[in-house]
Amino acid sequence: MEKFDTQNKVIFGFWVYLMTDLIMFAVLFATFAVLRGNTYGGLPLSSLFSLPLVLKETLILLTSSFTCGLSLLAVNHENTKQTIGWLLVTFGLGVSFLVLELSEFSHLIAEGHSFQTNAALSSYFSLVGTHGLHIAVGLLWLLVALIQIWVKGLSPHIASKLTRFSLFWHFLDVIWIFIFTIVYLVPLK
Amino acid sequence: MTNFIFGKITLDALPHAWYTIGASASILLGAGVVAFFITYYKRWTWLWKEWLTSTDPKKIGIMYIIVATLMFLRGAIDAGMIWLQQIFSSGAHHGYLTPDHFQQVFTAHGDIMIFFVTMGFLFGLLNIIVPLQIGARDLAFPFLNSLGFWLYVAGALLINMFFMIGGDFAAVGWLAQPPLSELQFNPGVGVDYWIWSLQVSGLGTLIGGINFLVTILKMRAPGMTLMKMPLFTWNALCSSVLIVSIFPILSMTIALLFADRYFGMHFFTSDFGGNPMMYINLIWSWGHPEVYVLILPAFGIFSEVVSTFSQKRLYSYVSLVIAALAITALSFSVWLHHFFTMGAAADVNAFFGIMTMFIAIPTGSQIFNWLLTMYRGRIIFTTPMYWFLGFVATFTLGGMAGVLLSLPGADFQLHNSLFLVAHFHTMIVGGALFGIFAGITYWFPKVTGFKLNETLGKYAFWCWICGFFTAFVPLYLLGFMGATRRLDHYDASGWQGLFIVAGVGLVIICCGALLQILQIIISFRQRKKNLDLTGDPWNGRSLEWATSSPPPFYNFAIIPAVTNRDAFWEIKKEGKPVSTNYQDIHMPKNTAMGIYLSGFVFLVGFAFVWHITWLIVVGLIGSIMCVIIRSFEEETEYVVTAAEIAQIEANRKNYGKI
Repeated sequence: MEKFDTQNKVIFGFWVYLMTDLIMFAVLFATFAVLRGNTYGGLPLSSLFSLPLVLKETLILLTSSFTCGLSLLAVNHENTKQTIGWLLVTFGLGVSFLVLELSEFSHLIAEGHSFQTNAALSSYFSLVGTHGLHIAVGLLWLLVALIQIWVKGLSPHIASKLTRFSLFWHFLDVIWIFIFTIVYLVPLK
Repeated sequence: MTNFIFGKITLDALPHAWYTIGASASILLGAGVVAFFITYYKRWTWLWKEWLTSTDPKKIGIMYIIVATLMFLRGAIDAGMIWLQQIFSSGAHHGYLTPDHFQQVFTAHGDIMIFFVTMGFLFGLLNIIVPLQIGARDLAFPFLNSLGFWLYVAGALLINMFFMIGGDFAAVGWLAQPPLSELQFNPGVGVDYWIWSLQVSGLGTLIGGINFLVTILKMRAPGMTLMKMPLFTWNALCSSVLIVSIFPILSMTIALLFADRYFGMHFFTSDFGGNPMMYINLIWSWGHPEVYVLILPAFGIFSEVVSTFSQKRLYSYVSLVIAALAITALSFSVWLHHFFTMGAAADVNAFFGIMTMFIAIPTGSQIFNWLLTMYRGRIIFTTPMYWFLGFVATFTLGGMAGVLLSLPGADFQLHNSLFLVAHFHTMIVGGALFGIFAGITYWFPKVTGFKLNETLGKYAFWCWICGFFTAFVPLYLLGFMGATRRLDHYDASGWQGLFIVAGVGLVIICCGALLQILQIIISFRQRKKNLDLTGDPWNGRSLEWATSSPPPFYNFAIIPAVTNRDAFWEIKKEGKPVSTNYQDIHMPKNTAMGIYLSGFVFLVGFAFVWHITWLIVVGLIGSIMCVIIRSFEEETEYVVTAAEIAQIEANRKNYGKI
């Protein structure tokens, strides 16, 4: 009973943390909304993006959320092999998302549209980059969790950790949906 | 090569001015003396095991209060320097400080008093009292509590670091508004110190806020529904909700300013499309609710104090709860009143002006609650009660000044004048700080087991209140006469007299502070006379008085069952014998990981200030490794058996007879 109660506390605390993170993203979204037109004579942001690439990123991230969910199902069935398998797939998808995003960034910078060029690009790189940084942190977390499963097996401790990880991963997915819509799809007047 | 190793630190940066050398010498001397005594009495292991690595919220609370007191001395010295400059720097005389140094002093004064003094005291009291009031044994996340405290300490170190390593402090005002705080106008490391000290301590505050929110919502004693919580806990909950909602804004806003300065981005620069006004909006949408983070716990303390010393139930508990909730909600809709003069349209200003008047209603209604609680009560005039009555006078005055400022038309005249300075000092000193003093006096016997000397406490109170009005009433007047804030020099000949009166007030306040230090020393030496053997020295009403003073590390041998508001009062009335049916309990183990982790975070901050790339990498890897190592530890709790508890409880009954 007491064990369950602790888990409950931890999960609730993690939800509160996610909400604070959401507020940080809200600041970045607000900043982007204010600054997106301030290109200081440069090209408008919408002309810089390649939508097919962003669509690829989106699909990869959504799929990774699905596989993350499958891994949690496997945890509930206490199936260690499947858990590790789906987590590895999630990890791979996360890495490929990050690679695509970084290639998009380096492409933009190579063409002379760096985060130092103007306020609009500063806010774009910060918003999308902060999301990417979260993904990177998530991947590190996933790696550590995988090692822990490998060393200790599926304990309640790990199960709680994976529940929190999956909350985090879905949360990043939701943030990405907003980035996809607000940054890439909504054209500037 | 030296550039690689030391970043921007050069020999020129090392302390060379009289104030940095003086300060670093006194810091080193103080630390040396403390270290000598610890070594002399062979207390290092004890200090490390019993205190520094402790996860006990009572001990962490005491450490918060100690650090806050030290920072209070630092902030008070800054206040004295500001006043000295303003007394002498009139007409042909230019005082003893350069304008740049003067700016650093008032910037440091503001930041230290808000982030490290008031917040430190509040977190101290929250840590000590909230678990006891809700009948819990510890906080929801004991490790995170320790981490939050050590991050606060790391932030406090960073804000004082320039004394030791050199450079200078930010000379930009306590909120570092751009474009002044941008690289273009402030290329030195001062603003970077500001950024990282607030970033690190702000992270600690955020963690603390999450911790208290979860603790209060999830760990209350059986039967204690939300509407049976003591008012201090209610206000702590509201304060935590605010912290959780606004500190992310602060962190991100400062991060963006850092991105401007470090990565050459253009969020708030005055060219390349940046928008400095956005910073001002963002920082105040943190800044205004922050004021309520500071004042709400003080309201909670006064509710406890008034009810206890009037020996009555609070007048209309429900309306006090509604008031706290209303303040929490409304505090998000008033931030623009900090910059009516920025040039928003008249209707925008009118909206925020009206909202500001609205928020005065729940604030003012609480005053009536407390006065009506006193009405027909059998009032005992103890020192906490004195602080309460002083608070009513000052806070009402400051509140009226605030309502005056909420009129955009009046604000255009008074904006950034000394009237404003007097207003917010009245709120924070007369509101938050008096509340903290009341709380410390009220709960002192709970923490230490003996009461504070009442006579000296009352003398200290009279010094504070007289000194306060002598110091700040002249500022209201000067504000009306056109004196702006942050003046390092003025020509107007009519002002000097009032500045001198204000300086006299500061001296009287200092006497009050000295009396408080004396009060603690004398009370400690006379502790045998004022021992609190019952655990309930004031005939209290809430659960913290149900356990002994000081409480055992597990707070309650048996978690009390709550059936009513004023839970302990009801338990006393029923007079049921205390059960001795003890059970095993789980307590968190001590951990040093919070210290190590904060140490690495401190290195990251320091390295970013001085652009030392390798140290940034070391700090980041160290921090990440700490988190990973901690995540491998599963056995973070240990069991105290029922037999051990029975033993401790039996010894406790003899406590004081020895």
